[in-house]
Amino acid sequence: MAILKMQRIDIYALIKYCKEILETLQRRGVVEIENVDLEDSVFFKGDTSPLQAQYNRSAAVATEACEILTRYVPQKKGLLSSFKGREQLTAAEYEKMVDGTQDTLRIAYDIISYQKNIDMNEAEKIKYEAQLEAIKPWLSLDVPMTFSGTAATTAFIGKFSEKKTSTDIMTRLAELIPEVEGIDVEIIHSDENQTCVFILAMKKDAETVSDALRRIGFEYPSYISPVCPQEREKQIFRHLSNRDGRILEAQNNIKACAKYYPKLEFLEDYFIMKAERYKVFDDISTSRSTFILSGYITAKDAPALKQYLEEHYDAVVELTDADDAETPVALKNNKFAAPTESVLASYSFPERHEADPTSVMAIFYYIFFGMMFSDAGYGIVMALACGIMLKKFKNMEAGMKRAMKMFFWCGVSTTVWGLLFGSFFGDAVAVISNTFFHSPPPAIPGLVTPIWFNPVNNPMQMLMFSFLLGIIHLFAGLAIMAYNDIRHKQYMAVIYDVVSWYLLVGGAILALLSLDMMGNIAGFVLPPVFLTIGGIMAGVGAVLILLFAGRESKNPVKRLLKGAYGLYGATGYLSDILSYSRLLALGLATGVIAQVFNQIGSMMGDGIIGVIMFTLIFIIGHGLNIGINALGAYVHTNRLQFVEFFGKFYTGGGREFKPFKINTKHYTVKEEN
Amino acid sequence: MSEFFSNSGLFFALLGAAIATLMAGIGSAIGVGKAGVAAAGVLAEEPSLFGKVLIFQLLPATQGIYGLLVGFLILSNVGLIGEPKDISVLQGMLYFAASLPIAFAGLFSAVHQSKCAVAGIGTISKKPDQFGKAIILPAMVETYAILALLISILAIFGIAGMQ
Repeated sequence: MAILKMQRIDIYALIKYCKEILETLQRRGVVEIENVDLEDSVFFKGDTSPLQAQYNRSAAVATEACEILTRYVPQKKGLLSSFKGREQLTAAEYEKMVDGTQDTLRIAYDIISYQKNIDMNEAEKIKYEAQLEAIKPWLSLDVPMTFSGTAATTAFIGKFSEKKTSTDIMTRLAELIPEVEGIDVEIIHSDENQTCVFILAMKKDAETVSDALRRIGFEYPSYISPVCPQEREKQIFRHLSNRDGRILEAQNNIKACAKYYPKLEFLEDYFIMKAERYKVFDDISTSRSTFILSGYITAKDAPALKQYLEEHYDAVVELTDADDAETPVALKNNKFAAPTESVLASYSFPERHEADPTSVMAIFYYIFFGMMFSDAGYGIVMALACGIMLKKFKNMEAGMKRAMKMFFWCGVSTTVWGLLFGSFFGDAVAVISNTFFHSPPPAIPGLVTPIWFNPVNNPMQMLMFSFLLGIIHLFAGLAIMAYNDIRHKQYMAVIYDVVSWYLLVGGAILALLSLDMMGNIAGFVLPPVFLTIGGIMAGVGAVLILLFAGRESKNPVKRLLKGAYGLYGATGYLSDILSYSRLLALGLATGVIAQVFNQIGSMMGDGIIGVIMFTLIFIIGHGLNIGINALGAYVHTNRLQFVEFFGKFYTGGGREFKPFKINTKHYTVKEEN
Repeated sequence: MSEFFSNSGLFFALLGAAIATLMAGIGSAIGVGKAGVAAAGVLAEEPSLFGKVLIFQLLPATQGIYGLLVGFLILSNVGLIGEPKDISVLQGMLYFAASLPIAFAGLFSAVHQSKCAVAGIGTISKKPDQFGKAIILPAMVETYAILALLISILAIFGIAGMQ
């Protein structure tokens, strides 16, 4: 439970070490770099955007090459590959990979040019195939399609878009231009859709014939072969045969590069890292031979970095305690609580001066999740699945790892609650024993009989227990508020804002529990003396709130009114406590749905078919139930934290500490210190 | 006629089971459908968000399951599943009444939860890192389905205890 102390770090060093220092910072990932706003006669800011653009372009080349490569040589990616995380390189391996980057970049360009070659050939292929298609009807024409006639004649080579015979054409022409003679019509090709013709007319009649032809639907072909169609066909075939060979060759060339795939991935990472380093360059100020870099670092990482930089790069490192409004917030929690930091972060990062509620929240988080999911079988499945993942994929991304750890603990808690409530895949043991062995189940505590009590049989007891946990949760929230007040030395606020509510809510509950009416629900009644005690406590609390909730206002009337409004917040406590009934409802939902599936499964009797059906329904049904109820438990656990718990004390609004680090897709470098 | 009426306890109980399952089911079907349409739209742009939008789509699915749960509890309590029992008219009507909270709260909360879910899908399509916040808003609506489920279940347990 802590917010780490932040220090401001200023590094002054010679520009010749700039590259090395930035590389060190990037690999260590402990410094958040801030823009140094310093430009004067000595210091200036370089513009590295062209370099950044160039590196980003190179990274894009690598990405494209990888993408092309996967098109021809699919990379094996397992179902669980998203858990795998990035591969770790040692510093030596990294250096070796860096040495090869120029060659790899050349390979990347080669791959892209092979692909371009393929694209070009594919396009040509389509073009020639279209020509071939267009030329097919003209194959019996024995002159080039550009042929326009002899000295005394004009040739019309073209088509009609319907079936026509030479007689049809001749008669139509004779009707339109009776004066013209000596027209020769030759049908080259004719089918349902078109008629290709070769028409010869005297040169002097060319224009008249042309007009007439147009009127009866003559048109020039879309593709005109410059040589004899048969000749052209041969040419096209020659072109086409080469194309396929060339495409295959390029494809083989690309496939031969498959072994470079990991190197290409590294290339992408390498250039991204480089571009990011140069981006940082925008934030530092340089003189002709020195530079200044400024940022934030956690106090625990500061001395080691300071020593390293001063020893290796003659740098001067200044550390000062950071406490301005811009200071980012970094959290530090133990192994048990740290996984729930992401839950906190998804609400809001704590403000710099308030306590980090993660560790308190973590305890309730696991308890509530376990109660809502509340089945030993499901808990074991969940904890095992997360545990195996964590063991198997050591390099898992940090965020994924945290989630896995969190759900591992949730699974453990679920198992514990399941044993307490006697739920193991619902009532699976009892159903199996009754259906298949025709005997009452052995009374195994936890699996068959509850260690504590069964909420399905005693829902009211469970409801009371849920409310009790809720009250503890809310009071814990108020306690954190008190802790914050004490840290800020506002001791009276503890009494006004925390103790008053403890008295009011606690007193009201005591009084309620000593009423007969509530006894029916709770199952027990406190002695009447508690009615008095509770009443007095609640009264004192209410007066405190009425008088002091509006203490910021100087105007006494306004202050009282604000106090009354503060008192109205008691209704909020009522609804907050009632909200914890979801612990019961969701717990019952999990348990009863599990029983439903067991019952459906057992309906087929105890034969072979019965066993098969039971197994099938058991797997599908419980799988479904795990999915939907784990989601429900997750969402509603978050809600109880965000709304009921945080609502009591949490300000939030801090800025997360985001150190400058290696931000790659495929590889990370292990830092050896 | 009177004989018919005295035997109709089972009918009312079944009516209760039916109305709980079907109304909550209709609500969830509408809700999951609406959220699914929005989710598919986001997937067209950002296929990598599949896991997240799927969770949003499933949020309004729970009401249907609560309805199923209540329906099943009634069926097994009145002996339509398992051993047959004698159900008086009063008991039958009580079961019917017990089914009403989840039937109505389930229907309306699922429909309205889906509106929040659709908006949440919109949120994470632009800011995927705001998943935690975006998912809490639809969960607020679900509270009322849970409260209704609680009353329905407690009532059914109570009626069963009367026998």
